[in-house]
Amino acid sequence: MDSVWEYRNLLLAGTAVTVQLALASLAFSVLLGLVGAAAKLAANPVSQKIAGAYTTLVRGVPDLVLMMLLFYGGQQIANDLGSMTGWWDYVEINQFIAGVWSIGFVFGAYMTETFRGAILAIPRGQIEAGIACGMTPFLIFRRITWPQMVRHALPSFTNNWLVLIKATALVSVIGLHDLVWNASTAGRSVREPFTFMFAVLIIYLILTACSDVGLRWLDRRYNVGVDRA
Amino acid sequence: MAETDRTFFDYLVYVSENHSPLDFMLVADHIDKFFYGTLLTIEITLLALLIGGVMAIPLAIARAYRHRWWNGPIFGFTYFFRGTPLLVQTYLVYYGLAQFDFVRESFLWGPILSSPWWCALITFSLNTAAYTTEFLRGAIENTAKGEIEAARACGMSPARMMRRIVLPSAFRRALPAYSNEVIFMLHSSVVLSTITLQDILGVGRWLNGRYYLAYEGFITAMLFYMALVFIISRGFRIWEQHWLGHLRARTTVEG
Repeated sequence: MDSVWEYRNLLLAGTAVTVQLALASLAFSVLLGLVGAAAKLAANPVSQKIAGAYTTLVRGVPDLVLMMLLFYGGQQIANDLGSMTGWWDYVEINQFIAGVWSIGFVFGAYMTETFRGAILAIPRGQIEAGIACGMTPFLIFRRITWPQMVRHALPSFTNNWLVLIKATALVSVIGLHDLVWNASTAGRSVREPFTFMFAVLIIYLILTACSDVGLRWLDRRYNVGVDRA
Repeated sequence: MAETDRTFFDYLVYVSENHSPLDFMLVADHIDKFFYGTLLTIEITLLALLIGGVMAIPLAIARAYRHRWWNGPIFGFTYFFRGTPLLVQTYLVYYGLAQFDFVRESFLWGPILSSPWWCALITFSLNTAAYTTEFLRGAIENTAKGEIEAARACGMSPARMMRRIVLPSAFRRALPAYSNEVIFMLHSSVVLSTITLQDILGVGRWLNGRYYLAYEGFITAMLFYMALVFIISRGFRIWEQHWLGHLRARTTVEG
């Protein structure tokens, strides 16, 4: 245990990277999820097809494969395209960006399903009432759809977030200096890999427990007006 | 080489190397490796699901009925395994156990605990057991009260009631969640490639490293995983039709 304490700064720095990565991926996935849900619910068959293909693709491919494809392949494609069209110079996709894009892309598909279900749970009459009152689509979204959608989406959103935090561990495989990478490096150098990996597991448990508390607070807040048995 | 000597095969290789964005002939040359990788992925995923599934049944029963001694420890086990990344759990077992002298000196070290195959199988089994326990517990707890009362009224012993009434209907209710768990396990099995095993992704990484490529190996791996997921979801759909047929809405009226 002494060695873990000795390397506490390294572990804390890694934890900070992991949390930043998770939050950035979450923001990206919520954005994709909203767009995806809108596309699936739109009357346009083309947008439905595209969103359907997106969720099927993500369900079919493991996240690490997408991450490596983006990190090693995406860089080459971006630069080939850049040199072919002359639109941009050399670009570098670093591990953090590859992680955010691929984790965001994967969880965007799960968020799509979450938000789609949540929007479908809102009675159609309320939206019609909004239109009848002369609300703009944006106002309807802000005043009617969003507050209720959050409430219906929260249980599944919570689940997605907990899986997402754990998925961030994979970014250590492509070399991002996150919690797992730092801990395994430190563990190897002091020849105590078990102690350090165990510390990582405990830190992940703390992260999930903390987010559990926060999400429960959100759940209470968005359910204020709801009678619960 | 004279123009006339060129066979169609040479032409394919030439196009693949020089004009195709993806060197498909190179992938085709090594496709057997991908099939071996698929075998390893399927082997570990299936064995882990089997072992984890068998473990989960008694654990779920103990959790569902709030067993006085076992409920707490089992919850601790599932909380730990569900709250942490599989990658780190696997590292803990594969790289971590070597830290202890008593492990390295035990008779298990040579054949089992120093082998990545066994370490992965142990970790994956425990991991899927934890997830399966929790949703199976939910399914057992949701057994209709009337079914249990009827079983009691028929004079069934608790064990017989479990075998004949509770578990068959709980398995049916858990089936949709289980299909997700199977796909999730297949996705998680990419962790194998991080502990030196040649699973599908492992072969893809090897191919890219060997020929200094950027994406051929990953795209091929991606297609293999998609095919596997497609087969699994199809299989589960058939299984669900078979097992949950009585719940389907009747679409045709037979006269």
